[in-house]
Order: sequence, then structure tokens, then C-alpha cells
Amino acid sequence: MKKQLVHLAHARSGDKGDKANIAIFAPDRATYDILAREVTPERVRAHFDGIVTGRVERFEVPNVLALNFVLHGALNGGASRSLRSDALGKSLSSALLRMEIEV
Amino acid sequence: MKSIRIAAGLGFYGDSWRPVKASIERGNVQYVASDHLAELTLAILQKGRQRDARLGYTQDLVPMLADLLPLATSHGVKFIMNAGGLNPLGARETLLAALRKLGYNLKVGVVLGDAVLDRLDALQAEGVSLAHMDTGADIATVRARLLFASAYLGARPLVEALDAGADIVLTGRVADAALFLAPLVHELGWRWDDWDRLAQGIVVGHLLECSAQATGGNFGGDWRSIPDLAHIGYPIAEVWENGDAVITKAPGTGGRVSFDTLREQLLYEVHDPAHYLTPDVDVDMTTLHMEEIGPDQVRVSGASGRPAPSTLKIVAGYEDGYMGQATIGYAWPDALAKAQLAAQIITQQMAETGLLPEETLIEYLGYNSIHGPLADPARVDDLNEVYLRIAIRCADKKDAARLGRLLPPLGLSGPPFIGGLGGMTEPRSLLGIWPTLAPRAIIEEYIRVSVEEP
Repeated sequence: MKKQLVHLAHARSGDKGDKANIAIFAPDRATYDILAREVTPERVRAHFDGIVTGRVERFEVPNVLALNFVLHGALNGGASRSLRSDALGKSLSSALLRMEIEV
Repeated sequence: MKSIRIAAGLGFYGDSWRPVKASIERGNVQYVASDHLAELTLAILQKGRQRDARLGYTQDLVPMLADLLPLATSHGVKFIMNAGGLNPLGARETLLAALRKLGYNLKVGVVLGDAVLDRLDALQAEGVSLAHMDTGADIATVRARLLFASAYLGARPLVEALDAGADIVLTGRVADAALFLAPLVHELGWRWDDWDRLAQGIVVGHLLECSAQATGGNFGGDWRSIPDLAHIGYPIAEVWENGDAVITKAPGTGGRVSFDTLREQLLYEVHDPAHYLTPDVDVDMTTLHMEEIGPDQVRVSGASGRPAPSTLKIVAGYEDGYMGQATIGYAWPDALAKAQLAAQIITQQMAETGLLPEETLIEYLGYNSIHGPLADPARVDDLNEVYLRIAIRCADKKDAARLGRLLPPLGLSGPPFIGGLGGMTEPRSLLGIWPTLAPRAIIEEYIRVSVEEP
């Protein structure tokens, strides 16, 4: 069955130079395991095609049931030189929650 | 076991200090640590300083303290603030004058040595390349356009100021979490090689440095369930000698402190959680444990640390052209189609009049201005309204300003049913950020701490 991430997790994103990070948070261990299996850095990179120009790294943080993604080249050069309305990438987190995964 | 309580001050220059009042009044805190400097704040301050050499610090310093000191002094609360920006000495001078006028006899400490713009040649002469940390690019490409260059200092000089009796410590650029680590080290006597305790201190600082982002603000979970955001409380940490901490907030304030609100802040702007590098310790967040122990109370323990890195991070900012932007709104029916036609007309006219920006961004507010290409195209039918926003990047300010003048004629000569034409603003100067590294000894050699009273 396919489910959209917004129904499985919550998320926050932040900026540092031209990199953004998005952390997604699972409500329990079983959901965390599904996220860890499905939400791979490759899938996240493909999801953000047209927004992110660089690579995507993933860090697992099981002690708080979280996955942390670092998106390189995510902010049109960085918040202070970006032309975008969302210059700080604050809404990249909700954009990731659009992703559909197999549960 | 001894413990101390620290309140979060501002999370950025422009944040509200009203919740800080609640923390002082009802939060039983001994310190307020306040972060006024985002990555680009120094560029704003540099512009102020170019107009007036006495400026260069954040202008909220005196009004904030004038408002908080009546309560703070009666509760014995001390302040640690990076409001000194590019001019901590100027900030102190202004503050001491204000304190004299208001009748406070408080000692004000200053930490200097973070600003390295004037020392870049010397650093290079000592073999520091100053190459871009991520791309490896040569700093010569931006050297002439640099506005500021500041090293992120650690907590040690702040502790020195507190040890010397400062009631208020003013700094320029320091690692945000160091503002919070300093009073912990000062009060609890932690050693500088007690990596696990230092790591706990940094985690506490990181949880508190963005004010209400730890207490239910900007919460990506069930935001509807967060009570009374209008009176949100800022986080307060109680930290014990062994490093254990409880994060809470003042009674009677809005917001929430929970496992969910705190874990969102824990990873905010973090890259590798197993190596969160700070000037004082290399923090591993993956070993820590967070547990709700009561309403708005979360215990945080078990962060571990490794020795501090041998380099310090410098962030420099350089002028990087101008952004011109303009908006115009279109009403139902077919609002998006009208805005798209307007965009086509403007881009055509830009080309024909020789306005050739380095980059043009077209966004439709109400449709895709925030999610960009990820906006759902199935939802465009029958939108009530859509605003076209065009933004351009130009090396020359005059070119950037030309965009705005192309928009008004659309009112009579473009598609029908407009509203909200008038989004033409002065071109905004853009700032490139240049992160780089330098051996810490070369930077720390120049750190100076002094404490003065009115």
C-alpha cells in the first residue's frame, strides 16, 4: 500500500550556506524502520530534482526516531543570495512530506 | 547536586523579548543567553557601520536590556549576548552610557577577536589558504567584495568574562551554543577536557538557541494542538553538575515542551548528528536520550563528546549583486493562466529592452512560490487568485531596478482582473557566504576579554 509521508512523519528543515537539512521524525520504531527502508538518499535526491543541484546525504538518528537529510546546492546559492520566496528553505521539509512510499 | 537554570533569550535579531520577561519573572533562572546573529546578520550590521563607525552592533541591545533589567536585577539574572556583532566595544560604550542613565551599576564584559577581516592577509601569510570549505574555490575570487569575516569562537573567553565578575557579557561571533555553555562551565566547574559534559552543554545550548522553536513554534507536527502561541514561552534549561538537563518553560506561558518539539529542534541546521562540530567539543547526538518526565518537562541526558576540532570555522560574506523583484496579482477565473501570460509578456519585454539578468526566477504566489517544481499541478484549476512574482539577479543595481518599471503598464495592456500591483521594491543587495577554516591557535591568539563598569 502506498502512503504519503505527511501521514507518517513530521519534519523540520533549516539552512547553512547553500545546504539545507531536512529531518523527518517517526512516531514509533516500526514507522522509523519503514522510513529507513523507503526514504533513501537517492529517492530524496530524485524527489527534489529541479530544486537541489548537488548530492543528498542521509544520517540515521534512531535514538530520536529520525532521519536527517543534507541537501547540497539546495538554496539557490544560499539564503542571502537566493531569489526564491522560501530563501531559507523552511518549507523544504513539507515538500519532502509530499513523497509517497510503500508501507 | 548543584544545578543552574538558563533561559533562552532571542533566537535572532528581530525576535521578541516579551517571553524572556516571563522566564525571568516566573522561571527561576540565573542566566539569559541570547542569540542575535544569524549567518547574514553581520552583513546588515556591516552596512550600518559603513554609514556610522559607532554602529555595527544589534540595535535591540539597549531597548531589550532597559526593559528586562528592572526584573533581572531583582532576580539576580546575568546576560550573555552576541549582540556586539561587529563592534562589541561600541556596544559596550552605548550600553554603559544607558546603564549610567538608568542607574544600574553592572559590570559589562566584552569578548574580542572573532572579527578577522583586517587580518586575512596575515592569515594567508601564515599559510591559511582561506579556500571555500565546500567548493575549494580560491578566496581571491571574492576578496575585494568582502564585507565581513568572522571566526566562530568557543565558550572559553565568555567564561573568562564571567569569572571576572561580568553581569552582562557582550560578544561578536561565537558558536551560538557557546553562549549557553559558558555559564554552565562557569557555575558547574566543568573541565575543558570533560568532553561528555561539554557535549551535554552544547546540546542544551543548541536546543535553546532558536528560542520558541523548542517550545512549539514552527512545529512541523500537530501544530493545531500547541496551546496559546500568542503567549508562547521560550525554553528554559536546568542543568546539573553531571551534565543531565531538563528542558522546560515558565509556568503560565503558551507553547509546549515535549519529546516532539525538542527533537525537531535537536536536528535543526545539523548535518552529521554524530559529529556536531563546535569550537569546544565534537558532539555525538546519537547517544543521547530524551524523555518526557512531566508536563512541559523533558529530561535530556547521554550526549557524548570527543576532543574539540583543531580548526575554527570562519564565515565571510561578500557582495554578490542585486535582486530586483516585482509582483502583480490576478483574480479568478483562470488566475494562473493570466499570471503566466503576464510573465511571458514581461520576459519578452526584458529581452527586447536589453535587460538581461544573470538569473530570472518566476514564481506564482498561491500556487508554487514556496514548493517550486514540487507544487501539485493537479490543483491549479479554479484558484481564487494568483500573484506573479518575478525576481532577477543583476550585477548592477540600476539594471535590477529596471524590472519594476515594466510591470505597471500591464494594468492596462495585459490580461484582465488585476489586484495588488505595487509590489515593486528597491533592489536588494545580495550576499554570498564564504565558509572556510583556520587553525585555532592563529585565531585564538587575538582573543581579548575585558570587564568594565559604568
